[in-house]
Amino acid sequence: MTTPSSPRPPPVIRLEGVTRVYSAGSNAVHALAGIDLVIEAGEMVAIMGASGSGKSTMMNILGCLDTPTAGRYELDGTSVVGLSRNELADLRSRKLGFVFQGFNLLARTTALENVELPLLYDRSGRFTGRESPAPAALRRVGLGARMHHVPGELSGGQQQRVAIARALVTNPSLLLADEPTGNLDSHTSIEIMALFQELNAQGITIVLVTHEHDIAEHAQRIVEMRDGRIVRDAPVTERRMAAPAQAAAGVAA
Amino acid sequence: MRKRALFGIATRSILRNKMRTLLTMLGIVIGVAAVIVMVALGQGAQTMIETQIKGLGTNMLMIMAGSSSQGGVSQGAATFNRLTIPDAEKLAREGTTLAAVSPVIFSRGQLIGGVGNWRTAIMGVSPNYQVIRDWPAQSGSFFTEADLRSVRRVVVLGSTVANALFPDSDPVGQQVQLRNVPFTVIGVLTPKGQNAGGTDQDDTVIIPYTTAQAHLAGHSRIGQIIASTFSPGDIPAAQEEIRAIMRESHKLAPGEDDDFTIRNQDDIAAAASGTTRVMSMLLAAIASISLVVGGIGIMNIMLVSVTERTREIGIRMAIGARSSDVLSQFLVESIVISVAGGLIGIVLGYGAGIALARATGWAVAMPPQAALIAVLFSAAVGVFFGFYPARKAAALDPIQALRYE
Repeated sequence: MTTPSSPRPPPVIRLEGVTRVYSAGSNAVHALAGIDLVIEAGEMVAIMGASGSGKSTMMNILGCLDTPTAGRYELDGTSVVGLSRNELADLRSRKLGFVFQGFNLLARTTALENVELPLLYDRSGRFTGRESPAPAALRRVGLGARMHHVPGELSGGQQQRVAIARALVTNPSLLLADEPTGNLDSHTSIEIMALFQELNAQGITIVLVTHEHDIAEHAQRIVEMRDGRIVRDAPVTERRMAAPAQAAAGVAA
Repeated sequence: MRKRALFGIATRSILRNKMRTLLTMLGIVIGVAAVIVMVALGQGAQTMIETQIKGLGTNMLMIMAGSSSQGGVSQGAATFNRLTIPDAEKLAREGTTLAAVSPVIFSRGQLIGGVGNWRTAIMGVSPNYQVIRDWPAQSGSFFTEADLRSVRRVVVLGSTVANALFPDSDPVGQQVQLRNVPFTVIGVLTPKGQNAGGTDQDDTVIIPYTTAQAHLAGHSRIGQIIASTFSPGDIPAAQEEIRAIMRESHKLAPGEDDDFTIRNQDDIAAAASGTTRVMSMLLAAIASISLVVGGIGIMNIMLVSVTERTREIGIRMAIGARSSDVLSQFLVESIVISVAGGLIGIVLGYGAGIALARATGWAVAMPPQAALIAVLFSAAVGVFFGFYPARKAAALDPIQALRYE
């Protein structure tokens, strides 16, 4: 738990000896075989790996959609192990923002309504009686002019921006992006990465899962996984900066 | 999660599939409308019967052979003791509260005359019958005490019979054959319409009971004795008096049960409306089966909807929805469908009831509380049949729901 008097804030993510075992019939599959990882506030980390490396399982556990079979996981100072379904839901609502590969917006629902969705499930009362933070979140991703468009009227890049705004609207401790550029062309991918870099520069902790090297190189640090283990964890020496494209993206949006 | 938001989500997703929602609702609409029409018809029939029976006159009493089975074991109706002419004569002679008494001999037979023949009810009565039933003649007259004593073959026609056999002429003075015995028509009665049981009271011919006994062989048994009191207030006293006279006439010992039954109009009214009440409850019960079928329709569509929206459920869970949030979302959706269907059903049911009343002339009573019950019932249907699909949605694993294609 958070100790208010501690000199520095707890890491956003602390994994210690985390394993995740699936039992497929008689044989057990070790999707995660002992993971130790610390991600500090304000970091932008890319998790890389081929399919089957365990990065999806890692993503699910980091996102509190799944819980470890063994080991410790603390999210922003809160232990996640042994929590009930409802407690996990509340944790996702308070501390996490998700961005998916397939955008996952509600069809025939305006951008603004999509962004307001997480506020519906907020139980902390942070947003009651206040101005909705949704329009501000949309402006922050450069979609202030498209609030009342439905996903069908938006381009892929714009839809992903709506999804990012939806992830940001509750002011989460961690933004989790699962292959955020997987459905986008390379030009749009760069624009989205620029947006992530800009948000990270504003102090938001971002973890993104990808299998593309040039996308991962937009992060400050790359964690590489293979067979359920971390095989490499190193800072990016030559970080790609997509920032100048942001201005252009804003115009395009 | 705020309740207003829940309704917003529900109505929006319902409106997204207008045709499907409409078809789903139809089951509830038809069910509720059917229940309302049935209840309205039943209530209408009941009030109609009550007013008709009241209209017959409240100071009429009927004496029938056979003991009442109420409050005890039936003695086997009319197996031994029958009503006799001396019973009726004794009642007329000794009854101080009775204004008029008449025996009634029932039979059926073919009447030939005029333009053809007609099978109808034959009643052998005394002239007092006209007084008791308050039934004036529209042409000619009722038979007299002299006709009765002389066993004259005279007949008074009910208006239905008169219209059937003498559509264009006045039958008074005409000769007819009743069960092959020639009779002279001396009068036609004013129409009385249907009785409480739905039979046409005007489809009858009336003759002196002496004539019935003498000329219509095999049909001389007295079915009942009817009597009237001077005023409706005399009914309880008259019932006691009739009972005493009848027991004396039938020579019943003090411990023996009555071998006859006395009924007044209130009894008959209660029995008739009891029957219609049972009938209308039965109809409403059958109609409510369609409500249940409508509920199953809702469940079916909600299950389809949960499967279709698996991914949406996954997204909602990923961004913080609890299982209970998802449960209430789908439950509210099915309740909104069923209550909306219920409201449309009420409008339709009342409309159909009014149209039915106009088209058929049946009495249709629209009880306002039926609408309330219909709304509550359809909401209950929504909860009951929406719960299983909603639970299915709430139990989804967010990881699998997100991956669902």
